[in-house]
Amino acid sequence: MSVVLADMPKADMSETVAPAATKAIAPSRGQRPWTFYVLATLFGLYVLALYGPMFCIYILSFQDIRGGLVFPMKGQSLHWFVDLFTQVRTGDVKGSFDRSIKLAVIVTIITVVVSFLAGLGFRKRFRGDTAVFYMMIGSLVAPGLVLGLGTGLLFQALGLNASWYTSALGAQLSWTLPFGVLVMFAVMSRFDHVWEEAAYDLGASRWQSIRLVMIPVLAPGLVAVALFGFTLSYDEFARSLQTAGSLNTLPLEIWSMTLNVTSPSLYALGTMTTIVSFIVIGASLGSIVLIQKKRGSSAKG
Amino acid sequence: MKSDRGDIELAGVCKSFDGVTNVVDGVNLRIADGAYCCFIGPSGCGKTTILRMIAGHEDPTAGEIVIGGQNVVGLAPVQRRTAMMFQSYALFPHLTVRENIAFALRVRGMPKRDRLRAADAMIEKVRLTQFAGRLPAQLSGGQQQRVALARAAITEPRVLLLDEPLSALDEQLRVQMRQELRRMQQELGITFIHVTHTQLEAIALADLVVVMEQGRIKQAGAAREVYAHPYDRYVAEFMGGQNVLSGRVEKVNGTSFTLAQAAPAGIEVPLKARSSIKVGDKIDIAVRRDDVALVRPGKELPPGCSTSLPSRVLAIEYQGYFVKVMLDTVPDDGFVAYVPEKTFFADPFTVGDVVMATWATGSALPLA
Repeated sequence: MSVVLADMPKADMSETVAPAATKAIAPSRGQRPWTFYVLATLFGLYVLALYGPMFCIYILSFQDIRGGLVFPMKGQSLHWFVDLFTQVRTGDVKGSFDRSIKLAVIVTIITVVVSFLAGLGFRKRFRGDTAVFYMMIGSLVAPGLVLGLGTGLLFQALGLNASWYTSALGAQLSWTLPFGVLVMFAVMSRFDHVWEEAAYDLGASRWQSIRLVMIPVLAPGLVAVALFGFTLSYDEFARSLQTAGSLNTLPLEIWSMTLNVTSPSLYALGTMTTIVSFIVIGASLGSIVLIQKKRGSSAKG
Repeated sequence: MKSDRGDIELAGVCKSFDGVTNVVDGVNLRIADGAYCCFIGPSGCGKTTILRMIAGHEDPTAGEIVIGGQNVVGLAPVQRRTAMMFQSYALFPHLTVRENIAFALRVRGMPKRDRLRAADAMIEKVRLTQFAGRLPAQLSGGQQQRVALARAAITEPRVLLLDEPLSALDEQLRVQMRQELRRMQQELGITFIHVTHTQLEAIALADLVVVMEQGRIKQAGAAREVYAHPYDRYVAEFMGGQNVLSGRVEKVNGTSFTLAQAAPAGIEVPLKARSSIKVGDKIDIAVRRDDVALVRPGKELPPGCSTSLPSRVLAIEYQGYFVKVMLDTVPDDGFVAYVPEKTFFADPFTVGDVVMATWATGSALPLA
């Protein structure tokens, strides 16, 4: 020390700095800037615009038999929900609901499997990968109604009958697959290639490495892809319109009801489908939480 | 025929990724069974590629890799009976410590009870019993490293390959895990090949240190040999602890030669046996930093010292048991003396002082 500091004047050494009287970064309390209130109001209005219309529908669906299509509320009951499933004049709600669920499940399965395989394929560059990628994005940005129309025409030209499980399935996949693949890319980017290498080093076959390492690690991401596939299919309208054939899916049924049903049972249907959507979303998020939790609990033992 | 020996022979091994430049360029090396071998070199020198070729994660473009007398090129890691410990450990994030370690046995189809029992025995060996049920994310860096080691060792490989195993750890833990690696290697009695860019790590651990530069081996030998007798300027500078000086040979007599330098009388350097050094050659010599003594001008040189170079003290760093004194002895290269703490403080220098740098003539080493 004496060597290094020898040149320094002594005074510098003895001088001490008084401890700071106030903290440099004091946590602020109360005292929010005026911009906070402006932005909070803006956000409140945004939320109101987003959910307000939906809540109008939900509230009006719980009217009694005197109920009409506009406010004010006339009584409270579940009359229109019963009406929905008992009255034939409201349309084939039960049948279209069945078809929509089945279709959404098929679409979900295909989307998950194909997106996963595409994710595997796109880990490495290959000849024409950019072309394949842009073709995929192309079908995402193509106008749905036109695409549906084209699919319907193609089926007609080929002499095939359009139906929800053939032409509508294909038209919906043109929409859900690119979405699924894009989500899969994001999921895949967090998968470390070295895990596969480690599995290979430890003697796992290709299939074992996929089954025991890739799929479990990617499971939450695959659930997310499935959720996308299901919800996109369940409320798909534009592509299904010209491709569903003689039997309607639920969104098509609702649309046709808006043209000829003039009772709150239309709103009851809206409430019902929303509930189904929330159940599906809840189940997906729940299963992701469950996967994480299972890892956590087995980790404690 | 299967062999339990883990001796490795690399013969003319080359690797090129683009078909133009060789990342590994004709490497020949023999590693004894049960040796601890460290590959050392700057990043991009090809050391990790060699490791990956021995592990079976890359195929050599040319050459043979022989383990236990068997050419293993083209074989899978399991067939080679090698195991690799990855730089970031590559622990499976969804499996517990026990399941991670049992993974290799699981893919071999061993029943659950047996493989978990085997894993538990291994967990005990790396002293992680209380963490057996944890996920990798819930472990510290040092614990993760031990899991990776146990996972690689459970299949009883004959060669364990470690890719910069300590680089993800902080300084203190690195020293601790260094000892643990050595202990495990002795306990398992198998060949360890360890890639690092830290000189201290290599010489502390290895029986065989392999210094690499641009895909070629510069020097391979025991740690002490590589450190104390570097082959050339590159090795001397890379391994550290040496001052490298260059100059033209002025005089050669039977046992020594004289290098023209700033010193009034030149630098006397002992000749190696069968040396072909001639007058007029430009050569490098090395002098260990801890062999350099500093005396004040006009004072007598210590016995055995024939060379003294006048220098100015540029900087001084206190290092604990020694003091690092940086000097302007030679114009182009840095020149450093490691002076023992007690010697230094008996008569401390300050920056700007003029001193004579000297060393015992016999300790200067001509380089290739």
